[in-house]
Amino acid sequence: MKRILIACLCFILFPLLLFAQQETTVFQGAKIIPISGDPIDSGVLVVQDGTIEAIGAKGEIDIPDGANVVDATGKVIMPGLVDTHSHIGEGSGGDRSSAMHPDVRIMDTIDPRSDSFKKALAGGITSVNVMPGSGHLMSGQTVYLKLRDANTVEDMLFVDDPGEDIAGGLKMANGTNPIGDGPFPGTRGKSAAMVRELFIKAQEYKQKVESADGDEEKMPSRDIGMETLIEVLDGERIVHNHTHRHDDILTAIRLSKEFGYRLVLHHVSEAWKVADEIAEADVPASIIVLDSPGGKMEAVDIKYKNGAVLEDAGVTVGYHTDDGITDSRVFLRSAAFGVRAGMSREAALRALTIANAKMMDIEERVGTLEEGKDADFIILSGDPLSVYTHVEETWVEGKKRFDRSNPKDKDYATGGYDVYRGNIHLHDH
Amino acid sequence: MIRKTIFTTLFLALFVGSGMAQIAVKADTLYTMNGSAITDGVVLVQDGKIEAAGSAADIQIPDGYEVHEAVVATPGLIDAHSVVGLAGIYNQDSDQDQLEESNAFQPELRAIDAYNAREELVKFLMNKGITTIHTGHGPGALASGQTMIAKTSYNTVEEAVIDSATMVAFTLGSGVSRNYSTPGTTAKGVAMLRQNFIKAQEYAEKMDGENAPSIDLKMEVMADVLNGDITALITAQTAQDILTAIRLQEEFGFEMILDGAAEAYLVMDKIKEAGVPIIIHPTLVRTYGGTQNASFETAGKVQEAGIPMAFQSGYEGYVPKTRVVLYEAALATANGLDRDAALRALTIDAAEILGITQQVGSLEEGKDADIVLYDGDPFEYTTHIEKVIIDGKLVKGE
Repeated sequence: MKRILIACLCFILFPLLLFAQQETTVFQGAKIIPISGDPIDSGVLVVQDGTIEAIGAKGEIDIPDGANVVDATGKVIMPGLVDTHSHIGEGSGGDRSSAMHPDVRIMDTIDPRSDSFKKALAGGITSVNVMPGSGHLMSGQTVYLKLRDANTVEDMLFVDDPGEDIAGGLKMANGTNPIGDGPFPGTRGKSAAMVRELFIKAQEYKQKVESADGDEEKMPSRDIGMETLIEVLDGERIVHNHTHRHDDILTAIRLSKEFGYRLVLHHVSEAWKVADEIAEADVPASIIVLDSPGGKMEAVDIKYKNGAVLEDAGVTVGYHTDDGITDSRVFLRSAAFGVRAGMSREAALRALTIANAKMMDIEERVGTLEEGKDADFIILSGDPLSVYTHVEETWVEGKKRFDRSNPKDKDYATGGYDVYRGNIHLHDH
Repeated sequence: MIRKTIFTTLFLALFVGSGMAQIAVKADTLYTMNGSAITDGVVLVQDGKIEAAGSAADIQIPDGYEVHEAVVATPGLIDAHSVVGLAGIYNQDSDQDQLEESNAFQPELRAIDAYNAREELVKFLMNKGITTIHTGHGPGALASGQTMIAKTSYNTVEEAVIDSATMVAFTLGSGVSRNYSTPGTTAKGVAMLRQNFIKAQEYAEKMDGENAPSIDLKMEVMADVLNGDITALITAQTAQDILTAIRLQEEFGFEMILDGAAEAYLVMDKIKEAGVPIIIHPTLVRTYGGTQNASFETAGKVQEAGIPMAFQSGYEGYVPKTRVVLYEAALATANGLDRDAALRALTIDAAEILGITQQVGSLEEGKDADIVLYDGDPFEYTTHIEKVIIDGKLVKGE
């Protein structure tokens, strides 16, 4: 009986395997920047069933029989870019009824057909943390998306079941953005007090859940906001905290230490003033590069050297677009400007890829080109840090999602008549 | 006593000397913007003016000149349309003077009365190689006021200004109605503009007659626009707004420069036929509202059509508070704009459009010594601007 079953299975699996064989694509001849190791001058990348089957130098990697071999000589291949902070997808977060909305999921409002995703793909972005805005102390749950060809938002998630699994982080903000008329805080001190109060409530809720020990009678009534905060307290859900001024940065760190949650600092305009303190706290920083300082009081002291100073201090540093504050199509430029201001080339490239993946707990899947990881990569016409370089192709899990040689795709890279129909989110920074 | 006198004299000589230093710039590649690029170029500077510019083989650096070396040198860059100096870095009411919102039609507002020469954003642009800015009242009103041209290094408007009343800033399109209750539509705005031009025609006529009316500041400026003393800078992004600008120009015959022109590519022939230059929107302008259909490739197409063109930092209402024309030109170059044309658009072509070629825009004998020194291709993201010289004075990179 067992034997028959195996025979049957073989029968079913065999054609599947054949099919999989046909899907093997090999890119060879390109300079490959795997991020996980030194660049390979003439490299080979083998992609099968959406994952990286093999990667290495030409001559060292076996090309599977029947593989579709693409000559990528003269090109540069690197991992798909990971953006830790973006407002593409036209989602929304909490409303004005409260300053804190741990219950609200941006996931429930994402438009998977939004052309903003195509814009991001044109910039080489393959994974993105889509966040609600910073006009709240806590504007809601963020969502980590893979820019697959999607019909539903579920098609884009990193997790299988968003009801069970952690599908994103939690957006928080301090400084001037969340300050306003009631129910919003009027001062920085009040902001911190409100956050502390909520987390103490969450600790108590968690205590009740734990002491119920599975007994439904003893369980507190369900509170989806509190449930989210338990995930934060348990270190399963990362807090993404908008913060600019040096003292606000330290306040964000102080609160995270008090309640023991995992924190990623976002924007961090004045990071260069407190880089050692950030390093000491062992908190990663996701920073932004702006054409110029100012536009709001807290961004007056932003410096191009932020990345370099944080790198020197030993902080894990990443870049983000905050799209539409900066444009996803020129995300590579952020790293180039970082290098101009003294950051190492290696750290700058990590800051577009693996460093960001770590800030979203997706580093096992994306952020480097390594065997077994998702086949998310971009093909560039030249050096990633050159203004003259174009993203020629963007691949997500072995599927080509952007191809500059296709005029329709190219439109998303350059713009033009009736190309972009969606809105741009500008009220967060 | 004698020693003290000698010391004082020496000190004085040095002090005076530093202000009027004789400077030589040596560059592996020198873009004078007067002819093609020169390998191993030299620029000599004396008393704030360019003494000579050319090949090192032809120009000897005299003794006593302070020598500055660079991989690349260009003339000081020109931002052909900005609001910095009126719009400040903090973005608070107290430092935002680019748009007066009591009335949509105020051509009488002078830029020189509001320009803050010490504004941090002006110095920020200076450090990015921008030595001359055309700045003033911003887009967003039918007529928001006047513009001016300034050097970025000085601390008072009087020292900085090189043209005190350059253009009147007009805006067409739906953006105006967001700032004012009247006009509430684009068409109403155009009607109001036409009425004011007609009023100005009548005013000018009466002024020439026997019973001259009392002076009306608005009409004085509008009459200057009509007679060509001041150029009309018309911000028009959509194709229909661009065509309206051309229609108005045909009706009233003023000197005009198109500003923004995001959909220029749809009506290129009409613009060319009208013979108007374009100060093109920042390449990275956000694609919403009037600029929803903006393209990275428009600058290249405008240049290819043979339309005179310059770059602008434009107006930014939030973060970042200004853009940098060097970045905008670089991105346009990566998207189809001829590289030499991009450099011209940042220098001599901008000077031409602004009417200041006598003073700036190229490195030629007798012009202002505004020079930028780079350690590589000016357009590359990773290139540093090492030194900036304005009127013969090193203002960045000691």
